[in-house]
Amino acid sequence: MVLCTPSTDSPLNRLFIHTRKQRKGIAPMLLAEITNKGLAALTYGLGAIGPGIGIGYLVGQSVQAMARQPESAGTVRTTMFLGIAFVEALALIGFVVFFLAGA
Amino acid sequence: MLALEFPPLSHIVNWPEFAGDDTYGINKVILVYFFAVVLTLLVFILGRGKDLVPRGMQNVAEISVEFIRGIVRETIGHGGERYMPFLLSLFFFIFFTNIFGIIPVIQMPASARVALPMFLAGLTWVVFIGSGVVANGPVGYLKSVLFPPGVPIFLYVLVTPIEFISVFLVRPFSLMVRLFANMLAGHILLVTFAVLTSALIVAKWYVIFLPLPFIALVFFTAFEVLVCFLQAYVFTLLAGVYIGGALHPEH
Repeated sequence: MVLCTPSTDSPLNRLFIHTRKQRKGIAPMLLAEITNKGLAALTYGLGAIGPGIGIGYLVGQSVQAMARQPESAGTVRTTMFLGIAFVEALALIGFVVFFLAGA
Repeated sequence: MLALEFPPLSHIVNWPEFAGDDTYGINKVILVYFFAVVLTLLVFILGRGKDLVPRGMQNVAEISVEFIRGIVRETIGHGGERYMPFLLSLFFFIFFTNIFGIIPVIQMPASARVALPMFLAGLTWVVFIGSGVVANGPVGYLKSVLFPPGVPIFLYVLVTPIEFISVFLVRPFSLMVRLFANMLAGHILLVTFAVLTSALIVAKWYVIFLPLPFIALVFFTAFEVLVCFLQAYVFTLLAGVYIGGALHPEH
């Protein structure tokens, strides 16, 4: 799976190729290698940080609640799955956007 | 290094037709739909036994009915028994379409194609709005959704558009994306490790790394079983929550 292939199609790449003509150096050449696919992968990684923290906090607090009050474990578990479903949606939208942008 | 060629996405989820043309053909995904419908009907038919001490499939059916009833009691509450058949068949249909991603030879989760999640989310959307309209009347339902009580009157400028977008647009979209993206991600994960394993088999000295992706493949397959169940559960739970919110808008 090659994530960073040089292609001249993406608008971002055209921008950097334009820059490369103006000033020569290693940084613009490296940037020219970055395409939509690579950026999409990077952005999905960034977008997964927030939901990761969110789900970790959510499950941790739920476990604490279940340990403190085991008789309400059923309700807490249902609410936990609901919360996970809502938080996870953000990461999954990022995943879909990754495919739309990387295609 | 390794001759590792990850197949493009269309190779993973698109299947050639056995019969028919591009538009009205029968391919693997259609067969999975068919099997899932048959299996869901089988759960209903085999669970019809009325033995006092349940055995076999009746046992499975009774446990699953108890499980869905637990969801219904927690999310819908009063008046939720009417939605039991809908939620039960929703749960089993999603579960069976998901679990075909694990079963050997087939190995294609039909929910990884967006058509099925889109249809199910649309169906749930129609059901929860319809039940709200039937229970509270069109005006009463719209009023309870768009103008929730207990908000200062000048804040309705802000609250009403947000509520409209979140209830009528974001809810079905997130239902669809959650099921679709979870199953697609799991499928791609399994494909990745399968490709890695098969590439290591034909490699030379890299064979010493052979157990690692294979163990990961087995582990992720087991994990996928959990995900299949969990996605069916979450979809049913959210459908219950939305229906409950439409039936009893005050809480």
